[in-house]
Amino acid sequence: MVSDTAGATSVVEPRAPQRWPGARSRPPRLDRPPRRTWRQALARDWRLYSFLVLPLVFFAVFRYLPILGNVVAFRRFRPGSSIFGDEWVGLYYVRMFIQDPAFWSAFWNTVVLGGLTLVVVFPLPVVLALMLNELRSRRFKRAVQTISYLPHFMSVVIVAGMVFQLTAAKGTVNQVITSLGGTAVAFFQDPDWFRPIYLTSEVWQTVGWGTILYLAALTTIDEQLYEAARIDGANRWRQTWHITLPGIRPTMIVLLILNIGSFMAVGFEKVLLLQNPVIYSTADVISTYLYRVGIVSNSVSYATAIGLFEALIGLTLILSANAISKRTVGASLW
Amino acid sequence: MVSDVTTRKVDLGRPRARVPRGVRPRDGAGYTAFRVANAALLLVMCALVLYPFVNIVAQAFSSEGYINSGQVNLVPRGFNLTTFQVVMSDDMFWVNYKNTVVYTVVGTAIAMALTTTYAYALSKKHLKGRTFFIGVAVLTMFFNGGLVPNYVLINTLGFKDTIWAIVLPNAISVFNLLVMKSFFENFPDELEEAAAIDGMSTYGIFFRIVIPLSKAVLATMVLFYAVAFWNSWFSAYLYMTDPHNYPVTVYLRNLMAGVTSGTTVAGGSLDNTTQIASNVQSVTMLLTVLPIVCLYPFIQRYFVSGVMLGAVKQ
Repeated sequence: MVSDTAGATSVVEPRAPQRWPGARSRPPRLDRPPRRTWRQALARDWRLYSFLVLPLVFFAVFRYLPILGNVVAFRRFRPGSSIFGDEWVGLYYVRMFIQDPAFWSAFWNTVVLGGLTLVVVFPLPVVLALMLNELRSRRFKRAVQTISYLPHFMSVVIVAGMVFQLTAAKGTVNQVITSLGGTAVAFFQDPDWFRPIYLTSEVWQTVGWGTILYLAALTTIDEQLYEAARIDGANRWRQTWHITLPGIRPTMIVLLILNIGSFMAVGFEKVLLLQNPVIYSTADVISTYLYRVGIVSNSVSYATAIGLFEALIGLTLILSANAISKRTVGASLW
Repeated sequence: MVSDVTTRKVDLGRPRARVPRGVRPRDGAGYTAFRVANAALLLVMCALVLYPFVNIVAQAFSSEGYINSGQVNLVPRGFNLTTFQVVMSDDMFWVNYKNTVVYTVVGTAIAMALTTTYAYALSKKHLKGRTFFIGVAVLTMFFNGGLVPNYVLINTLGFKDTIWAIVLPNAISVFNLLVMKSFFENFPDELEEAAAIDGMSTYGIFFRIVIPLSKAVLATMVLFYAVAFWNSWFSAYLYMTDPHNYPVTVYLRNLMAGVTSGTTVAGGSLDNTTQIASNVQSVTMLLTVLPIVCLYPFIQRYFVSGVMLGAVKQ
């Protein structure tokens, strides 16, 4: 088949770039294939390009169109208008949310909850990974890993259901409290309890799975470093402090940057499932607030303006965290 | 080795076995005490991780009187199966359970088709525009349109109350895409070259050489997507108005919302009319997680190796 040769060359050619027509007159560049025009590339690799079509349509429609759709933050949107809205209104909606006390309440709740998540949940996988690393029995270690990864695979609905069940009026937590002589707590009637409950469920669900990358990093540490340290008389604690922790530092920094980037997007689905109007004063975060405003109450432009603001904060955070880490410790995402 | 990627044992421990006996100094009493405490602490942690599951099972088999008086923790009290009968006799539960299966199967199939082809094309280093096509995907990890623009888009497309609202917007996970891309990049060129010399086209090579030799990584990706679709609830909650279209996660969510706000559940047709009993909730949770918990011990290592594959190459 004639057309097949095009496909065939696409696989064979890159190894022998100097045979490509047009490159023949120039000295052969072995380090990289010669430049081709789009016409040549399409003629040669059209089958590969055909693989790209549907995914590119997917990205255009379901990823980039909604990004462009953010212009409705600056345009009026009426039911039935296109996804880009009707007419320009400038910063009308931005001014609106800046003056909205409910937004600022949600904003500070997000900052507190995101900050607590970062401080409490982020370091725990490192601790757990180090603890696992001290185990000598392979079988015990594997069993602990298997058990601690399990919550990661639970739907957030299941996690919320477990939380409700354990914190119910006669649930396990209240049984423990009353057996210790305390009085039962109505956990979901009291705004003060929301953050501890959220953080506990976050720890339960994410800490085990979070160890994977650290455990992988631990295996790359050169065993000779430990031997040298032992010969120099370092005890286990010093070995951990001077060899193990520096060894997993790059992983920690990359994960820290990523976590800072998702700081504002605190577990939206979980918060939405756990919150109720009685505890909005601590449990309402930006994403749940804009869900109620934009989708339940249909103020599309207003909610989009808030969402855009949130996204810009997230982007600023990740870019600055990356820049700081690049300058200070030389590690960065890209 | 190609098919070896996921079958290789992912050993995450420091290779202690290689240290000769004589080199390791004898542990001091302090370190021995530490090791005992460490192991004990890990055991306690495992117990805490497992406790909520045990509690669900115990409540699912208990009678309501014992639950409401706070006597059910580790073991069922007043053992009975009536709650199971109540839940399983609800037609809506089965309709929704079937929906979850359908959404998972269709969603995973579409996601695999799009992810595999895109990743394969991107893995070819000579492809003109490759950097751009990678950038198109990676950029969406850092920017996304946000909840409301997405919602408006899906409504405009007329996807509301159709399966497409659930399966299409989540068809490609960029993380999975990058894992597959790096896998295909490590695929030995010689095999594909030999097939090309034999006159196979790119399509032939892809479907008859690459796919059959990538079964392990494809299985990992299928698991990643299937678990994500099985667990998802929010798209359905957002876009489905007819209870007949809910997946079981939304069924469960509505059950819980009924419990916590003290009202009767919307869309449920259960016998007890006043309040959805907590043991009904436990049984529904149990039946929802059952497939995942049963498969979990067998598939866990595939997930771990998938994450490692993605992490090592990036």
